Parts: sequence; structure tokens; C-alpha cells
Amino acid sequence: MVKEEHPLKKVCIICAKGTIEDVYAALVMSNGAVMEGIETKIFFTFFGLDAITKKTMHSLHTGTTGNPAMRMPGGLPFPTLLGIIPGVEAGVSAMMRSQMEKLDIPPVQEFLEMIEAGGGEVYACKLAMDMFKLEKKDLWDGVKEVLTVGQFYEMCGGLQTQVIFT
Amino acid sequence: MAQKVIAGVTVDVTEEGYFTNPAQWTRELAAEIAKEEGVQLTDKHFDVLNFIRERFAKGEALTIRSVGNSGIIDIKGFYGLFPGAPMKKAAKVAGIPKPASCI
Repeated sequence: MVKEEHPLKKVCIICAKGTIEDVYAALVMSNGAVMEGIETKIFFTFFGLDAITKKTMHSLHTGTTGNPAMRMPGGLPFPTLLGIIPGVEAGVSAMMRSQMEKLDIPPVQEFLEMIEAGGGEVYACKLAMDMFKLEKKDLWDGVKEVLTVGQFYEMCGGLQTQVIFT
Repeated sequence: MAQKVIAGVTVDVTEEGYFTNPAQWTRELAAEIAKEEGVQLTDKHFDVLNFIRERFAKGEALTIRSVGNSGIIDIKGFYGLFPGAPMKKAAKVAGIPKPASCI
């Protein structure tokens, strides 16, 4: 493999959605960066806050309606009307979680702890917290700070830095 | 296929320096490779390296999480032993191919 001439030094990852797949996209990207020795900061905002809120972080769901990429086990299309039946969303979400466990993908809190153990930093968005009436004490204890957008951008400076919106 | 002379021994490695034949690995070589990576090996390092080699030999996936659950060391400690990119560094020092896992 050709060595990148200007390797990444820092990534700032923004997670604004609270479905399993959106949150895990941010967590996998973040943990992957930490594993590579890249300085990593994740900023959770809007529904992404669910991933770092004590009450909700252990029970994230995936949406079962309006997702044309959703398939039944076996590959047949997943009818949107099926997705509206009570319990289907929970069942699909549980299935997704068990599939991830098989691949050694940890639950949300453990994943966050892995990122933190490697030196990654987790932040929450002040504006979204005000909107959802959340306080710092409602968040996972590993959240480093509640930030305004401006404060987050101040952390995103420097050469070889990328801001990634998942 | 590249070759590299480490501590007077010729071993088969990739362009990036990962062993292609884990059987060529010895503790002495590990110490030399670690030095190149800026790591001074301790018994704890070897416990982790042996765990990684055993797991690789059994064909099991290598993830940071699996090392953290090994009972040898927690994840923070693993980052401490092999600073920067622990999984890659540890794989290189343990004489196994570059890890292909995303987690």
C-alpha cells in the first residue's frame, strides 16, 4: 500500500441521528480512528444525543419504515407496511444488535468506553440539549463536555484534520 | 515478497514489515521489532503478544475488544503498552499479518 503523504492527524466526527445504524457509523469511524492513533473527537447533537443519554443509549432502534435498503432475512424486500406493526421495529432492532454482537461489535456504552480508553473524546451539543431538556447529569458519565458549535469548531483546527458528518 | 534481516535473522515480511510466516517469530525478534516501534518489551507485553498469536493461530478475529476481554489487560492498558496504534503495532511485534478488522 502506498503511504499517504499527509496522513490524518485528527478527525472530528458529528453524529446527529439516533438510529442504530447512524450511531454505529459514528462509533465505528471514531473507534477506527483511535485505533490508528488519530486524535478523535465525537460531537453528538440532535437525535444523536440518544446514544449518550443514560436512559436511551442501551435501547437504540433502527427504523423499519421508509428504508428501501431494508431486507428480510434471506434478502427479500422488507415491506414498509410490515414495519408499522407494533413490535416489528423492536424485533428488527434486537436482531441487528445480535448480528453485531456476533461480529464482536460492542454495545453502545462499551463502544464509547473503548473509544475513551484509547484517548478519544466525546462531546454533547448544548443547543440540542436545551431543545430536548437534557442536563449533563442525564448523559453518560464519559461525556467530556457540553459544547456550543463554536467551541466544537475551535477544537477542529489544525492541518491534516477532517470534520466528518455521519 | 520482501525479506528483512532482524537481529541477524532473515524473515519474510510484507512491504510494511508484517511477518508473512508467523512460525519464523521468536522472542528475540519481537524485542528487536518493538525497539524499532519505540516500545521496550516487558513480561506484560509478551503475555499480550502470546494471546494475540494464539488467537491468530486459531483463526479467530482479532479486535481491540477481544484483547480487552482477554483477562490479561484492559483496553486502556493495551493502548499504554503499544502507544498510538496498538492493534497494528502489537500484530507487527507478534509476528502475525496486519490485522484486517475494523473494530
